[in-house]
Amino acid sequence: MSDLAIEAHGLVKHFKTTKAVDGVDLAVPAGTVYGVLGPNGAGKTTTVRMLATLLRPDAGQARVLGHDVVAHAQEVRGLIGLTGQYASVDEDLSGNENLILIARLYGYSRAAARSRAAELLHAFDLDEAAGRQVKTFSGGMRRRIDLAASMVTSPRVLFLDEPTTGLDPRSRNHVWDIVRVLVDDGATVLLTTQYLEEADQLAERIAVIDHGKVIAEGTATQLKASVGTAAVHLRVGDPAQRPTAAQVMAQVLAAEVDLGADTTTLSARVDSARAAATLLPTLLDQGVDVAEVSLGQPSLDEVFLALTGRPAEDDTPTEEVA
Amino acid sequence: MSAPTTAATEQNPLRAAIRPREQPRRPGPVANALTFGWRALLKIKHVPEQLFDVTLTPIIFTLMFTYLFGGAIAGDVSTYLQFLLPGILVQTVLLITVYTGFTMNTDITKGVFDRFRSLPVWRPAPIVGALLGDSVRYTIASAITLGLGFAIGFRADGGLVGVVLAVLLLLVFAFAISWIFTALGLVMRSPNAVMGTSMIVLMPLTFASNIFADPATMPGWLRAWVEVNPVSHLVTAVRGLMGGTATFGDVAWVLIAAAVITAVAAPITMRLYRTRS
Repeated sequence: MSDLAIEAHGLVKHFKTTKAVDGVDLAVPAGTVYGVLGPNGAGKTTTVRMLATLLRPDAGQARVLGHDVVAHAQEVRGLIGLTGQYASVDEDLSGNENLILIARLYGYSRAAARSRAAELLHAFDLDEAAGRQVKTFSGGMRRRIDLAASMVTSPRVLFLDEPTTGLDPRSRNHVWDIVRVLVDDGATVLLTTQYLEEADQLAERIAVIDHGKVIAEGTATQLKASVGTAAVHLRVGDPAQRPTAAQVMAQVLAAEVDLGADTTTLSARVDSARAAATLLPTLLDQGVDVAEVSLGQPSLDEVFLALTGRPAEDDTPTEEVA
Repeated sequence: MSAPTTAATEQNPLRAAIRPREQPRRPGPVANALTFGWRALLKIKHVPEQLFDVTLTPIIFTLMFTYLFGGAIAGDVSTYLQFLLPGILVQTVLLITVYTGFTMNTDITKGVFDRFRSLPVWRPAPIVGALLGDSVRYTIASAITLGLGFAIGFRADGGLVGVVLAVLLLLVFAFAISWIFTALGLVMRSPNAVMGTSMIVLMPLTFASNIFADPATMPGWLRAWVEVNPVSHLVTAVRGLMGGTATFGDVAWVLIAAAVITAVAAPITMRLYRTRS
């Protein structure tokens, strides 16, 4: 029932012979974080670039807050903020100068631009770096100045293209906190990521995209239910015991067991941590020498495996899977 | 220093900073272009090395060509300087125009351009602003060339007015051909490719002209090119203005050529800018 902040129907974009985006539909409710999850080359960035008016779709249409991204591109530009590795700030200028530049372009007076820049630098924890050239910034600071630059006018719709790729965990958490505050305040965020954990942490709904197509869509819970909530990874002390362990695992978890490349490892998806908890005593009863056991979230690879029947690839040279 | 998580727990500055606010009125095209021009000046402030070319090229060219060829081409150095200096001024400024495309391509590779393209600004503003910023560099290079020229004996019979008009005419022409390099800057894959290609374009335009020698001494085929080469017309007009002998036709030819180049190259650049993927 909520209004859609972003909607796309059948977006297509070709580059030479490759179909980078091949009919993407999206419906992003206002005031939520929407995750677009997929490996490199899946078409995430191309989709965002079309939604942010940087690329003209070859087919299909999209609207941001009701404005068509092609016919009313300039209105859309006035309503959005964009952060991505390709939409960056000027490394030669200081953080302060970059923000003043953008504020001036939006029409702030000299004085208003200066105070807005100071306000943003403070809000994004960049006070001390204000006068330094951006090229001297650390990765986390760099991402924060990029975010600040997208928020000069406090846009109601934000596109964050892989906002945490390449960041250390601490800086990543900082970016996550910022996204949470944004959405708490009523903004809509479309976030692309390669990490299921990130989508899970932040997004209310997630679209999984592969080879330019949305292959699954839903809440994080729905998505993970289709994969199994978690995976149990087991290592036995003696390779000879692996068949026994596999048998026990298959029985207790009622799941298919994957044998690892290492002769002592095996893993299986589980629906709940409780099922996994009963596994260990049973294994010990059977005399299996358990060297290591861990319970983890399914990785993006596992999600992909479950959804497409093949692992996520880093590139898309293969033909479309029907 | 606060731990990263406290930014979220206290939240006040961030929350306040991103709260929806009244939007200022959109500035006009001129204001947008001037803001981008300001950016170009800031870059000169932060990276003054980029002025090395602008200051050293005119010094090296003027001294080298004057003393290297002066005696051989014109019989003596001071006669040749009188002929050469306006031409060297033109060549110096035109060679610097390639940086326009180079800078633009650097902006694209670094991702700054896409940020600008995602803003609701007058579309040609980033390019026009960059060109405005470049005219500062052209002016610096002109001042250095002229200063050095006067120091080693150049005399301008056209007086100060003639010299100023000559530089202005040169800036107009440089602004026009910069659009060609911005187009290259948008098409090519790397800043260095832009540089290489631009030099290939500029070499025949500047060397195969009347900058260094009187075309009357050249073989017919070369003379035919030199006489249609717009740079030759520009040099003739600049020489004329500085020497006080310019005709209306000389100057008008250059202005029309600049208008035609802009009329063709600027829309191509803008189209490339809009549709760039």
